[in-house]
Amino acid sequence: MSKPRLTREQIAQRAARELPDGASVNLGWGIPNLVSNYLPKEQIVYFHSENGILGMGPRAAGGEEDLDLVDAMKVPVTLLPGAAFFNQADAHVMTRGGHLDFCLMGGLQVSQKGDLANWKVPGAKGSGGIGGAMDIAAGAKHLIICMEHTTKDDEPKIVKRCSYPLTGLECVKTVVTDMAVIDVEAGGLVLREVAPGLTAEDVQAVTEPKLIILGSVPEMKL
Amino acid sequence: MKDPVKRKIYPTVDEVIADVPDGATIMFGGFGGAGFPNNLIQALARKGTKNLTAISNNCGTGDGELGLLFKNKQVKHVIASFPGPRSNYFQDQFAAKEVTVELVAQGILCERMRARGAGICAFYSPVGAGTEIAAGREERVFQGKRCVLETALGADFAFIKAFKADEIGNLIYRKAARNFNPIMATAAHVTIVEADEVVPVGSLDPEIIITPSVFVDRIVQAKTLRT
Repeated sequence: MSKPRLTREQIAQRAARELPDGASVNLGWGIPNLVSNYLPKEQIVYFHSENGILGMGPRAAGGEEDLDLVDAMKVPVTLLPGAAFFNQADAHVMTRGGHLDFCLMGGLQVSQKGDLANWKVPGAKGSGGIGGAMDIAAGAKHLIICMEHTTKDDEPKIVKRCSYPLTGLECVKTVVTDMAVIDVEAGGLVLREVAPGLTAEDVQAVTEPKLIILGSVPEMKL
Repeated sequence: MKDPVKRKIYPTVDEVIADVPDGATIMFGGFGGAGFPNNLIQALARKGTKNLTAISNNCGTGDGELGLLFKNKQVKHVIASFPGPRSNYFQDQFAAKEVTVELVAQGILCERMRARGAGICAFYSPVGAGTEIAAGREERVFQGKRCVLETALGADFAFIKAFKADEIGNLIYRKAARNFNPIMATAAHVTIVEADEVVPVGSLDPEIIITPSVFVDRIVQAKTLRT
């Protein structure tokens, strides 16, 4: 019987702790989209939206929506003091040019070198779509991937080489999963933390590349 | 030369797009439900122009926004970053091989248009290097990074949604409805603007103009339409 892992909300909660006060941050689809729910009230983070907003506040209250003030997922939002509007090219000057402090995206696979696959499932129906993922992967200053550690069939998603279509090469800095926090370093993948109740061996058992384990690995604080 | 004031103004959305021919390549501004030139799109649907190449971030939601042109089978090729799973008319025609698509990373779509507008023919970027969208394309290494050659992207027409235009075509936008509009305005042979309000020359503060008038060819007044 496998040990319990974190929920998607708890992955988001742990990822939120990577973001310092005052940071500029882009949140992608999936688990990253939950991260803003877990910031301490007193902390200010300038959320970036690829349609041309820096300094997005919470979702707009019912009756106060402005359909010209929406995030990249079409959700009506609000602005923090200090917010700015700009065009879509400048929005990606910020992502690709490495001007945002952190970018968070979901992932299908991450390789031991930090290669990322997250835009296309092989054999999926439809045209597929890239959106801003490849611009972010190419230039993000610090890219954090938030994902489940394994597939539904318990196959590793942290692999030696990505078998899914690539989004970018050697772009991931940190992976936050339902089992661990892992940093991509020059020498390989360093296991920084494990989820409560798990051991480094539990994480290694469902991780394809050999993890670098420096002494005793602390448990995540949520 | 005609009086520069008012020579760009057209009386109706149907007249402002009346000469768009079959087979035209058209850029459409808009993202996330904001900043779509929906009055111009509806006029193009009424006109029934066919075999279009559409350049836009996505392909509409149902028959909203660009979706109407797919519903009417007016588009044969799309250059887009994220057509979207809810663009059902596009997705059905794509599956049936009635429409072709070139997927472009969103920021690179912007930069290819910006290059065209700026008179730059091509440039190198690391976006997509090593991925399937760069397969077979020319690569070089700069600053230690694998980079892919990108070419400028232009169009016959750009359909732009602005908040206010003055009578010579200086534009301002509203909030996140700006998105692709100012970039596309620079990259087409003929830039057609629908604006909520058309105001006299001199009434917009020069400090806040986002698109200067030189990029704008035609203007029509039309209230924001959400589809």
